Amino acid sequence: MAFVQNVPFFSIMLSMFSGIVSSILPGKWARRLNTFMIIVVAALSAWLFAFMATSDIGSYTYAMGHFPAPIGNELRAGVLEAGTALFFCIIMLLSLWGGREKQILEITERQQNLYYILCNLLLSSLLALIYTNDLFTAYVFIEINTIAAGGLIMVRQNGHCIEATIRYMIMSLLGSGLLLMGICMLYDLTGHLLMSNIKEQVDIIMAAGTYRIPMLITIGIMTVGLAIKSALFPFHSWVPDAYGYSTVSSGAILSSLVSKGYIFLLIKIFYRVIGFDTIAGSHILNILFIFGLCGMIFGSVSAIGENDIRRMIAFSSVAQIGYIYMGLGLGTEMGVIAAVFHLLSHGATKSLLFVSAVGLTDASGGSRHFTDLTGAAFRNKTAGVGFLVGSFSMVGIPVFAGFVSKLLFAEAAVLLPNWKMFPTLIVLAVSTVLNAIYFLKTVIRIYTPVKPEVLAEKGFECKHFKQQVLFGVTIVLFIIVNLILGMKSQPIIELIEQGLHNFM
Amino acid sequence: MGVNLVQNIGEAVAMILFGIGFANLFFQKNLIKKIIGFNIMDTAIFLFLAEKGYIAGRMAPIVVDGIQDVEAYINPIPSGLVLTGIVVSVSVSALMLSLTIRLYHRYHTLDLDEISAKLRKEEM
Repeated sequence: MAFVQNVPFFSIMLSMFSGIVSSILPGKWARRLNTFMIIVVAALSAWLFAFMATSDIGSYTYAMGHFPAPIGNELRAGVLEAGTALFFCIIMLLSLWGGREKQILEITERQQNLYYILCNLLLSSLLALIYTNDLFTAYVFIEINTIAAGGLIMVRQNGHCIEATIRYMIMSLLGSGLLLMGICMLYDLTGHLLMSNIKEQVDIIMAAGTYRIPMLITIGIMTVGLAIKSALFPFHSWVPDAYGYSTVSSGAILSSLVSKGYIFLLIKIFYRVIGFDTIAGSHILNILFIFGLCGMIFGSVSAIGENDIRRMIAFSSVAQIGYIYMGLGLGTEMGVIAAVFHLLSHGATKSLLFVSAVGLTDASGGSRHFTDLTGAAFRNKTAGVGFLVGSFSMVGIPVFAGFVSKLLFAEAAVLLPNWKMFPTLIVLAVSTVLNAIYFLKTVIRIYTPVKPEVLAEKGFECKHFKQQVLFGVTIVLFIIVNLILGMKSQPIIELIEQGLHNFM
Repeated sequence: MGVNLVQNIGEAVAMILFGIGFANLFFQKNLIKKIIGFNIMDTAIFLFLAEKGYIAGRMAPIVVDGIQDVEAYINPIPSGLVLTGIVVSVSVSALMLSLTIRLYHRYHTLDLDEISAKLRKEEM
């Protein structure tokens, strides 16, 4: 075994231990440690990614503590896992950089290091969800993830944030309760907790044709549990408050990473635990498909009616999660590839939107209402360009990441052999139009010039690139990530396809 | 059907309790009742696991009197899972309760809808 194959274990442990060390460090050093740790984990993941993409082993399992299969705990890595870990690290680092100025203002000095403890724990739990090969480990890390995410929302201690946290916790607990019940029932049916062992037993059970109803219920409650946790419509009631009122880094991390971690785990469960043919043969996917379609429409309609820019972006997340579940619900491999690609493109775009929206509101005296945002893009040019790119990507203008994922969804829909083709295409078109309405409305508003005397009256200030170098650099890096996803999509799609094959 | 139900009465009770807890966590307006619902839900899962691990007539998996035969003990894995589950459940309950205290100090009510209404009023 090559040394690089230890990377999954190293990256989980590194982020977890830096969380523990941060608890005794002052805020500034905790922040430095956090930045250093994320860069190291990103570099390690990139190393593993390069190794997995060039070698022909496909994927491998890593026995923790060298205990053999049914007893020991296992990690498992392939090209898709390493790539997702790398992507998550990059987005997390950029979100933290982009929101740093705001976060220093909004969080008290004494709690600065607590914020970074939560970030480190969140990253380690996300990495564990990506790499683990054991269902119960996945459950434990899901709970760590939930608690850390709750902390990230609540760290800015006003009434809105605490209320949002409690709503988030309630929905998450419903989801994880269902998931735990599902895992216990699956353990009861198969006698194993490791994914590969469960898969063998599930194949035997399905071939024998016994336990059909328990199996269906198990798959159903696990899927619904993870869907609730990743805010699929109609379980999205906590989303606008949690993403809209928390400090901006938290909003960006929650919307672009936390919900994606659960979806990644769900895809893993589909492929590696139950088997995609079994899932496609049950009717669970149709339910996901229909709720995904409803989410695409209702999320966009709610966003159009919203007057607060951050809440608008949050509602747009509901619509985008709908896209991902719609892709999974198609029940074909093409659909899953499109869903995974959208997972990446939405992650890159939504965090960019959140970060640049904060630049715009700061240039408007902290107000988040549309009337005050008029001309904000001229007062903070970097944020304006960032918001423009994010909007174009969400609407699906070519060159940007969102276009490729919409194209992939449409391709997957056209290739479908069943009734799902027309609803998918129609809803995709309607949803794109709705996206265009609210994003372009905002873009036009921020690029509408305002008379200088009005500005002077309201006391809005201009911000130049030199005053906010870190923010500017972050926006540029975000745009580069978006363009890479949009223009170099073909190799990425091939890698996703290869990664999904290795899942089996 | 009847015989199955009698044999699996523990699992059936666990499922009913799970439903009760789930519904309480979902539908109650009072935050404390929600947390009670959450605890009922988690305890139901632990009951289910304990039922599944138990084998009639065998001992808890702790070696006493030097008996090392596997046949003498119940399945220890579900017990281990229950322990992990309890740890998670306790910490989440503590977090929820502390949040509830915060909200109660600020808004003097435990009703989540009322808190939301007050928040909206604050904003105007």
